[in-house]
Amino acid sequence: MTSASPMISVKNLWKVFGSNPDQVIGTELASLTRSELRAKTGNTVAVRDVSFDVAPGEVFVVMGLSGSGKSTLVRCMTRLIEPTAGELHFGNEDVLSVDAKRLRELRRTKFSMVFQHFGLLPHRKVIDNIAYSLEINGVEKDARHARANEVIELVGLQGYGHAYPDQLSGGMQQRVGLARALAVDPEIMFLDEPFSALDPLIRRDMQAEVIRLHHELGKTMVFITHDLAEAVKLGDRIAIMRDGAIVQIGTPEDLVMNPANEYVANFVKEHPKSHVLTIRSIMRTPGTGEELSEIALAPQTTVKDAARSVVGSTRPLRVVENGQVIGIVGHDEILRAIAGTED
Amino acid sequence: MFIKHRALKVASSVFMAGALVAALSLNAGAAQAAAKCGTVNIANNPWVGYNADTAVVEYVAKHSLGCNVVVKDITEQVSWQGFASGEVDVILENWGHEDLAAKYITKLKVAQDIGSAGNSGIIGWYVAPWMVKKYPDITNYKNLNKYAKLFKTSESGSKGAFLDGDPSYVTNDAALVKNLKLNYKVIFTGSEAALITAFRGSEAKKKPVIGYFYEPHWFLSELPLVHIKLPAYTTGCDADPKTITCDYPPYALNKVARTAFLKSGSPAAKLIKNFTWTNDDQNSVARSIAVDKLTRDAAAKKWVDAHPDIVKKWLA
Amino acid sequence: MTLTTSAPSEVKKSSKNKYIAALVAGFLVCATFLHGRATLFLDPSTNTSFHSWLNSISDWITFHRTSNPFLQIVVEGIRSFINGLVTFTQNLISQGSGNRSTPIIGWLGVVAIVVFVTFVISNKKIALLAAAGMTSLGLLGYWTESMQTLALTLGAVVLSLLIGIPVGVLAGIFPRFEKLLMPLLDFSQIMPTFVYLSPVTLFFLIGPASATIVTLIYAIPPVLRITSIALREVSTASVEAGISMGSTKWQMLRKIQVPLAKRTIVVGINQTIMAALSMVTIAALINAPGLGQVVLSSLQQLDVGRSFVAGLGIVILAIVLDRSTTAAAAKVEEKEPTEQSKRIRRITVGISAAITAAAVAISHSVTWAATFPGTGVIGQHLSNGVSSASAWLQDHFSNVTNAMTNIVSYLFINPLQWLLAETPWYIVGFAWIALAAIIGGRRVAVISAICIAGIIGTGLWSDTMVTLASTFVAAFITVILGIVMGVWIGRNKRADSIIRPILDAGQVLPAFVYLVPFLGLFNASRFTAILAAVVYAAPAAIKLAADGIRGVPAGMIEAGIAAGSTPWQMIIKVQLPAARRGIALATNQGLIYVLAMIVVGGLVGGGGLGYLVVDGFSQETYFGKGLAAGLAIVLLGVMLDRISQAVAKKNPLQQG
Repeated sequence: MTSASPMISVKNLWKVFGSNPDQVIGTELASLTRSELRAKTGNTVAVRDVSFDVAPGEVFVVMGLSGSGKSTLVRCMTRLIEPTAGELHFGNEDVLSVDAKRLRELRRTKFSMVFQHFGLLPHRKVIDNIAYSLEINGVEKDARHARANEVIELVGLQGYGHAYPDQLSGGMQQRVGLARALAVDPEIMFLDEPFSALDPLIRRDMQAEVIRLHHELGKTMVFITHDLAEAVKLGDRIAIMRDGAIVQIGTPEDLVMNPANEYVANFVKEHPKSHVLTIRSIMRTPGTGEELSEIALAPQTTVKDAARSVVGSTRPLRVVENGQVIGIVGHDEILRAIAGTED
Repeated sequence: MFIKHRALKVASSVFMAGALVAALSLNAGAAQAAAKCGTVNIANNPWVGYNADTAVVEYVAKHSLGCNVVVKDITEQVSWQGFASGEVDVILENWGHEDLAAKYITKLKVAQDIGSAGNSGIIGWYVAPWMVKKYPDITNYKNLNKYAKLFKTSESGSKGAFLDGDPSYVTNDAALVKNLKLNYKVIFTGSEAALITAFRGSEAKKKPVIGYFYEPHWFLSELPLVHIKLPAYTTGCDADPKTITCDYPPYALNKVARTAFLKSGSPAAKLIKNFTWTNDDQNSVARSIAVDKLTRDAAAKKWVDAHPDIVKKWLA
Repeated sequence: MTLTTSAPSEVKKSSKNKYIAALVAGFLVCATFLHGRATLFLDPSTNTSFHSWLNSISDWITFHRTSNPFLQIVVEGIRSFINGLVTFTQNLISQGSGNRSTPIIGWLGVVAIVVFVTFVISNKKIALLAAAGMTSLGLLGYWTESMQTLALTLGAVVLSLLIGIPVGVLAGIFPRFEKLLMPLLDFSQIMPTFVYLSPVTLFFLIGPASATIVTLIYAIPPVLRITSIALREVSTASVEAGISMGSTKWQMLRKIQVPLAKRTIVVGINQTIMAALSMVTIAALINAPGLGQVVLSSLQQLDVGRSFVAGLGIVILAIVLDRSTTAAAAKVEEKEPTEQSKRIRRITVGISAAITAAAVAISHSVTWAATFPGTGVIGQHLSNGVSSASAWLQDHFSNVTNAMTNIVSYLFINPLQWLLAETPWYIVGFAWIALAAIIGGRRVAVISAICIAGIIGTGLWSDTMVTLASTFVAAFITVILGIVMGVWIGRNKRADSIIRPILDAGQVLPAFVYLVPFLGLFNASRFTAILAAVVYAAPAAIKLAADGIRGVPAGMIEAGIAAGSTPWQMIIKVQLPAARRGIALATNQGLIYVLAMIVVGGLVGGGGLGYLVVDGFSQETYFGKGLAAGLAIVLLGVMLDRISQAVAKKNPLQQG
């Protein structure tokens, strides 16, 4: 996944809140736990030595409970909060050293953000909310409204362009948030718990919407959530944060199948493995002369998704990658995987 | 808030119609210009006698000269300060004020003494007539301590209450009480009207009241207050308020005007220079205002209509 | 007098009460035995060297006005600029200019403009109210005076907003700047309006410039404070979104912060307008023309009817200005209507604009539209009616009113004055500082000591004590009234819905207006000043007390009811103790309001410092003394504020 040069790269990023944050990093204080440090210096470590790369087109999810530092992390990545130490590269550009003007340019054209509480401007109509970035970038009214109408259609808000945000439901407001983020055709989108303020049903719709948009537009996304199911559903890779530090980074399957420690294990314990387990990891080589079904599956299909086809067939199914059969799955494998006897 | 094109068109056409109506009715009696007299700012100090002066001068300046008269209800000191700021053109009845004259006339040269208003003034301590009948020796200040407890009120504590008028009036009363070792406390009633009410009530209810009053005043013909003699005035005896023990001087009331106003060539300046009348004249107009409750304008008209020859002299 | 000033702030409440009791007892003993000694009494006719020094400064300024570069350029520059501005607004609506004997816009035009503007910024109903209000000013016979007041108010409001909003915006953006401003704003709130009249005239002379500047001092803080709060309260979500999209600081301000703060800023504008109107009427004391002059001169002529009618005019102006700007604030919230209703509105606005323009044009030149027709017969009748009613009351109730005056004077004011003004200054001063120390700890004690030293320095200790005695009596009545009424409307929703609007209206009225009815009934006396002060301060005190009562947590009340308390027990044992902080706040505000009005009461026989301030305007010899009295009032205010605030702080709100 990280083979191509990364879209954005975070290296040893720190954020320490307090009166004298520099006294922490690079000293033995840095190894103290959060509460110890606060007791000792009054400083709070929000982000602790975080490093990761996000590849172009990837959906990178940062997951953690409240207070884990995930929101601070995403704000550090757009410099809404200045990191205390570390490196941050967007392509080849050192984001932490750009001046205010270039930073604004990046925010106007390359980055965009979606907020938990939408962050819409209540005094502007939907269309003017969406066109805001273009407006402050000096795009003429007709041009920016034309573009805004495009994204309005894209997110399914036709007919609401002249409404005010508070006339819309929460879900629709966040569609405005999405549309606004898409309006400038950014290279990377930061979504900070965008759906956690929504009802479960609407949340599911919106998640589907993000998946659809990602398929259609292929935007790179950094997605923050506290919901494992959401993380698994959307993320190509997931970073789990605790007390400001990243505990583990991996694909949903990695996390569920090989939790790095107790904390992660506890986290993923309740999560149905069949939802993350791919058939690649349960397939077997076909027995000689074994009769196979005509149906083929991709290796990254989850057990859950494969189950119906496998169960519906009397013969095992083939697992095909690049036109080659690399294994097969049959009733036994599926049942064993679902029963959880694999581990 | 913004009127767009269409509305603007409607607006302008209706505006034209309005303007047309306005133009047509111009002949019907426009608010006419105040000829070439311009504006005169008259200080109007807070006693009715002065108000009578103002009424008549205002009336004549307005109706005979077409001046734009602005009457300012202000106190004596403030009036003098008005010469410096340009707020006041004329004081019609000035009571002494040597210190102010030295400052604004002699030193700053922003004002000039423009002669007598024709009235002579007296300031002093008075009681209602019934008190003199009952306590004949009260007219001598030396006996005042004997009667101090008669004048006790809730405001004066253990001393007798001595009523003063408006805080802005010329007064040495606090110093006199102190220096003559009188067991009184000066209480400010706040106004001429309050003094009149107090004296009237004194006579009607036989309630002891002693206080500050002055002539010329219409009220003295309604109730002849009795003047209490203080040690006689001699020139300069009132120079230092700290040690003053003598009565108020006799005042020849004069007019003071702003130098620049006098130089402006306004016909009103000439009128005011010429303005002079008697105590009786003033009292009759004052009575119209205070007793008959006429407006300044009506009171002035009544007197002016009855005295055309005097007015003609002022305007000459 | 056994205790020392080092009473620590953590003293337990019971021992604190013991200290206070001991202090009071000791004070009474000393007051009795040392009565009449070292009272620092200053004869009214005497100036101290400090007063004379202030006089000489005044003289120096008078004589160097045209020669000193600072006075000539800066002070005179400001003066002539403001004079020019005010003269312009006056020529526009209230006075003739050049060759005209009528203002540029006559009454019809002014009414039309006011109605048009209220229609545009608020709604039809308010526009009708404005029309009725403005016309009634003319019918009362005070059109010109009303316009003088309005012209001054407008000039001052324009300047206040030009200064207050930008500075408020800066304070909203830069917390450090705001911190710098806070003490100034707090101070301007404690300082009674009365006291800055003199110092301003010292520099800017009597006239429109001074009237405007004193108004600015009073009217800028509300809009400034509220603008900065409004900016800071713009939701962080909107601000963050704005930054994340790459807005510049200026774009943030223009496109996000200010638009979102607009509604609250309009509330600030409303308060500034009301403050300006209130101050413009008080500025009558320094020769500001208008309705305030009429009230003042009728106070001087004991013409209750006339001052009532002029007061009514002020109230009408206040209502028109208040209602229209309040409605405007509500309207800022409204979203843009549909295209169609927008077009209809555009046409209505266009037509009204046209009619307004026509009315202005007519009123410029046609007599009946330029000068309000009639002689104000209605006002005359009203005035006569009120005068005779007042005379009737005086005739028939003078025994009652005299008895009231005497009872309050002999029972409360005189004994208090006897204690405060006729006890040696060192006893009173020591008692004050000790009290401050017990209640507020060392900091408050030090501030009190500085204030007391300052007051002694002004040479007006004795007069200050006279004022303090009246202030205490008025504040006591106010607080009792505040608690009783506060408990009532705090417990009774219906009473609240009836009384609260009255209180709101009461707070809108300029201080001056309150003097009028009482002067008619109670003559010039300290009691009159006290009554006016109580009426002036009561709305704020009642509202704060009621809010305190209402703020008692529901759980606490339920527990009280569940325990079987009677309503009386509920009030005494649950609600009042729990609302202690609200009541302490009511006391604090009550004291500050009362002090402000007690000194205005100097105009109606209030005596003490207020009288000296008035005297300072009236007699040049006592100008310096008047300034010193103003200073003493401020010091007294600061001291009362700090001590009563300490009481409020030491009673933490007991919330679950």
